[in-house]
Formats: sequence, structure tokens, C-alpha cells
Amino acid sequence: MRAPFGRRLCEVTENKASGGYRIFSLIDREGPAPEPGQFYMLASERSWGEGGGRPYLPRAISVAETAPAKDGVRLDFLVEGVGPGTDRLCDLQPGEQVWVTGPLGNAFSTPKQVNHEAAGAILVGGGIGIAPMAIWRRRLVENGIPLRVLLGFRNEQHSGGLNELFCAGGALCPDVRLATEDGHAGHQGFVTDLLATMLAGDDATSAVVYSCGPPAMLEAVRAMCAEQGVACELAMESPMACGFGACFGCAVPKPDGGYMRLCLDGPIVRGDAVLEVAHA
Amino acid sequence: MPEFCGIDLAHPVINASGTYDAIAAYRVFGEALLQDFPFSAFVSKTITPEARAGNAPQRIWETPAGMINSIGLPNKGLEGFLAEDFPELAKLPVPLIVSVMATNREDFSRLVREVADRDGVAAIELNVSCPNVHSGLIVGENPDETEALLETLRPLTEKPLIVKLTPNVANPEAVAIAAEAGGADAVSLINTLKASALDPMTREPALAAGHGGLSGPAVKPIALQQLRSVRAAVEISAIGMGGISNGADAAEFLAAGAELVAVGTENFRDPRAGARIANELETGMSGASPRLAVLDLD
Repeated sequence: MRAPFGRRLCEVTENKASGGYRIFSLIDREGPAPEPGQFYMLASERSWGEGGGRPYLPRAISVAETAPAKDGVRLDFLVEGVGPGTDRLCDLQPGEQVWVTGPLGNAFSTPKQVNHEAAGAILVGGGIGIAPMAIWRRRLVENGIPLRVLLGFRNEQHSGGLNELFCAGGALCPDVRLATEDGHAGHQGFVTDLLATMLAGDDATSAVVYSCGPPAMLEAVRAMCAEQGVACELAMESPMACGFGACFGCAVPKPDGGYMRLCLDGPIVRGDAVLEVAHA
Repeated sequence: MPEFCGIDLAHPVINASGTYDAIAAYRVFGEALLQDFPFSAFVSKTITPEARAGNAPQRIWETPAGMINSIGLPNKGLEGFLAEDFPELAKLPVPLIVSVMATNREDFSRLVREVADRDGVAAIELNVSCPNVHSGLIVGENPDETEALLETLRPLTEKPLIVKLTPNVANPEAVAIAAEAGGADAVSLINTLKASALDPMTREPALAAGHGGLSGPAVKPIALQQLRSVRAAVEISAIGMGGISNGADAAEFLAAGAELVAVGTENFRDPRAGARIANELETGMSGASPRLAVLDLD
């Protein structure tokens, strides 16, 4: 969906803790409903760059869920405070205003759009990267597309969002499986262990993998899919000052040389359209 | 209505080169961009003779009240620019200023000749923050190099030539005097300040290129002082820029002697910043009154 030109103020209606993360909601009275995978540039109206400090630039945040609201669209964002910008977003109070530009970037493609023989989807989310998996999962379920969701977390402190985004009737949705590195829930180990088991199945190539998470996890997903001949779409992240192609900061190397601007040609990128996901 | 080097403009706010890609913004925002174009003239990203991919990431780093960038001038090269981008930029509802850069006078001449030849180009900005491969000197850091370059380029076109001054020198006014002597119509300042950030954990530079250029409100006082020095030294017009975020900031640059102001980093925070700042200038409505900002310097 096309973003309105410019930034606009949206009111915070809710902000609550969810495990080690926070989920906050804005009411957007001007923009269209976002497509799964799209992101917004967010900056609080107050205490953002004033007085010469940080945060200064807006932060690119994927939308986790959306719903029609009175006079507009509700946007839900899942955030973990890892620096001055996300710390400030975590502190937003209901009634505060947030500068919003978006929805920006491209959206996930359906399994059939990625591979016309594909019938189902495997969603792999890690850490805060489970956010775009939530809105995408709901859309796929609504469209009757068979899916499995694999979610991984480092430990209890660095986890959250499950109750609000992946549960129904007080229980984890039946299509969702968990992996945690500390073993506090689900399989003890990496979420990519679960993916490896699924990709070893006979019908793995009938699915398309969609993934978002830390760079090392995304690279593991990309490499596993490439090896197994399974198409994948990755929701990537790159340092981004503007979100609309102006700053040229979000360069991601392309296989044929040169760079793409992730805000324009992503954040959703086919696994075979990147060399590898750079990670420390 | 301000006039700049014979070009009539709707208001005094333009963009800094390399801080707004109108073609990308049109992809994102559509017709609304053209109906409400934020600048009174559009300055292109710098064009070089050959295509450049730009630097490897990491390219940007947030700092207190600003950012450091080392983008590396990605562009399609002269041929690609003229074939693909120029026809799109010529459709913008405002005059087009094309920024060019080369590492020798022959290439610089070719860029100026080819670009100035196009009807849709109103003026040319010379990005001189690059070395002359023959002398090894950064042209814009050296008055003699700057004057010699202008003497080469001046006879090639009657269109306005604007020299983008670097702040990374002890005496920017000496370079401005040289640009004027060589026949430049205007100077624009400041470019970014050379800057670094290091990751305290890894002890490695934060940017892949090792260093970059600082921009944003952090540089504004430096920009204002350099503008005042340059203004006192030359008669030709000046475009002032460096951390302008609102109408009060713009009013300060105008008070310091700029004919036009350019918005750079603030565009990243607000895609319509140019229009907002122009409006704040006109109405005096901004965070701080421009009038007060000008009068309250002591």
C-alpha cells in the first residue's frame, strides 16, 4: 500500500509488557492498512532528538498486527529496548503522539507467487523478528493456506509477544512450535533445528519459507533453504535513516554486484536475491 | 519570490545534494510528492563520469543530534544519469540543479559540458570534495586547485556554477575567494565534517569505510560561522546549510547572509521537511519564532 506523503502524528492507545518485550498500539487516521512485511519509520513527538541527544533519527519497525479501528487503522508494534530509540519507544505512554511515516517497503508474496508449485508456508521467526510473522500468519490462515510456524528465543528474558500474537483461547496456536536456547519452553536449541527437521521431509519443496530474525539466524535459514532447493523470503534489517530511498544507508549487497536499498527493494527479499545475510 | 543566479524560485528552501532521491520518493509516495514538492529547486545526487556502487555497509551511524555517513556516491554515471534519471528529474515541478564530481579536469569538463547542454538543467553544483588524481590534493581544500578547476569549467557554460565548499579546512573563505576568482556564480556550504565513530566493544570503526561525514543539528553552529566568514569574503551568492531543522534555523542562515538554504539530514526525519521549513519561515510559526532566533544570538 502507498504511504501518505510525509510524516504524521498518531496517538498511542496502549503499551504493555509482554515477556521481555513491549507491544504498543497506535491509531493511524490517515494511512492505509499495511500489508504483512511492511514497516514504518517511528519517532516519538517529544523527547526524540530534542536538546541535542539521541535518539535523533526515526526507527524502522515492522508492523506486527493491524486491525480496523474507529476513525482509522490500529497498528501494533513489538519492540525490545536495545538502544536509545527502542528504549524510548518502549516507554511510550497512552495519549502520547508518535511521528509515523509509512507503510513503507514491500510485502511478503504468497507461496504461489514465489513458487507456483508451492502449496504451504513455513514461517520461521527469531526473537523480536517474530513480529512480521504474526501479521503474515494471520493473513495466510485467512486465505486457507496450510502453514507451520517455528519461533525461537534466546532465553526467557529475551522473549515475548506469544500471548498477544500467537495464542488463541489462552493456548499457543496449534500450528506454532517453539525453540529456546535455554530450554525454558519448547525444543532446547535453535529454531533452525526445527526447520532442518521440516526441510528433511519429503514434501518440503511444496512449501515456501518466510523468515525474520537476527542476522545469523536469517543466514542459517537462507543457506538451509538454498541447500534443500526450497524457496524463501527473508524480512531483512539494515541501518536506515529515512525509509524512503533518500539516505542510501540501508545498502544490502546483491549477488550480481552492487547494492540494493533495502527500504525500496525490501525489506522482504528472496533468499536467492542476496549473497548472504551479513552477520557478526 | 527569491531569485538565485537569475533563477526565480517560489521560496528559499532547497535540498542538499545526496539527501533526497526524488525518483525513489515518487516510487514511495506517488503523485502527492509532485503536487506538494518540498523544495523550490531540486539538487541531484552527485553524478560521476562512471557508475559507482557506493561503499560497503555499514554506511550510517547515529550520533547525538546528527549522523555520520559514508555512502560513497553511488550513482549511474554520466551516461546512465542522462539516459535514465535526467528525463525523470526534468519532470519535477521545480528547477533542477545537477551536482557533478570528477577526479581530473578533463572528466569534470565532460560532465559540465554534457549536463549543462540539457534544457532542463538550471544550474550545476561542483562537488569538489575529491582529490585531483594528478596533484593528489583535494580540490576543495586547496584554493589554487579550486581556481584552476573553475577557470577550466567557466568557459564551458553560461549556466550558473555553484561550488560546494568543504568545512574541513582552516580557511573556507580562501577557497570561496578562489572560486569567485575562477568565475563561480555561487558557493554552497557546508558539506559534511569529517568524522568517526568506533564500536567500544569491538574497538573497530563503526563505518565500513572507517570514517565518514557528520551532519545534522550538531554541525549547525560551525556551518553558521563558516557561512559568515565566507559571506564577508566574497560577493557571489551563498547557499547555506548544516543542520537546518525548522524555520528558525533557516532564518539564522538567511541572517548570516545566505540567499538560499538547503535542508539535508532533516529530510530523513521528515519527508516534507522542506515545505514545512519554507512555511515556518514565511509565517514565523515553528518551534521557536524565527524573529526571536535571529535577534537572540547574544
